[in-house]
Amino acid sequence: MNCREFTEFLHEYLFGDLSADERSEFDKHLAECPWCVAYLDSYRKTIQLEQAALLPPAEAPPPADAPEELIQAILRARAS
Amino acid sequence: MEHAPPSGQLSARDDEVALVARMKSGDAAAFESCVRTYCGRLLLVARRMLNHEEDANDAVQDAFLSAFKGIGRFKEESQLGTWLHRIVVNAALGRLRHRQRHPEKPIEDLLPHFGEGEHQLDPPVLWKALPEASAQDRETRELVQRCVQQLPETYRIVLMLRDIEGITTEATADLLGTSVAVVKTRLHRARQALRSLLDPHFRRGNV
Repeated sequence: MNCREFTEFLHEYLFGDLSADERSEFDKHLAECPWCVAYLDSYRKTIQLEQAALLPPAEAPPPADAPEELIQAILRARAS
Repeated sequence: MEHAPPSGQLSARDDEVALVARMKSGDAAAFESCVRTYCGRLLLVARRMLNHEEDANDAVQDAFLSAFKGIGRFKEESQLGTWLHRIVVNAALGRLRHRQRHPEKPIEDLLPHFGEGEHQLDPPVLWKALPEASAQDRETRELVQRCVQQLPETYRIVLMLRDIEGITTEATADLLGTSVAVVKTRLHRARQALRSLLDPHFRRGNV
């Protein structure tokens, strides 16, 4: 396996249903390639960062900021 | 993840079943209760997907009207919130399709490039350690949000549906009218592209 293949199929390595043989190909490449270790690290952190940036924290209360105007517009549209 | 409902609103599964039954019988107060309970969280989803306040409001309105129309088909074993979530995602996708389309920037510019020996031309560097998600500061969250906005729309939407809205690969493929294989590829490309945009900010040694 080379860096191009590692990068291309990284998604399968992290989330796919690989056989033990296929997985060991990735592991073998990682043991020899610090660049792909760094790429894997940053790919994982990318997912962490996007979820932290876009998902409301688990402990947050449900948003209560729906404008009354919008609520009234929906109710009027339903009634019409 | 479910949040405790505010007092005075739905407090238990029984209440939800009763609310749905009342909506099915055409009770206007039940429709209002449903809107007041779920409007805020549906608006949040629509805002995330559309990044445009007016479009988000329109998508939420479309979603409620479509849900009310289809309430007869709602199955009692389902969760009302989950059902409404899917409907607002669909409504937001509908709005996205109607937006004036600008040619997308090619994603290839944001994907790794390889040279001799199939090594990356810009060799990856380890990133600094990140605090837990809940401890991320506002500046970082806003930076990441801006980078997500820079993704080509075709890829951004798959990233949003899979990673943020938690919709399965199969359901995402259905919603977008494409194949599971295409969804998987687009998701991987979207994450790679986002990684490239974030890379200069998170390399070890950079602030």
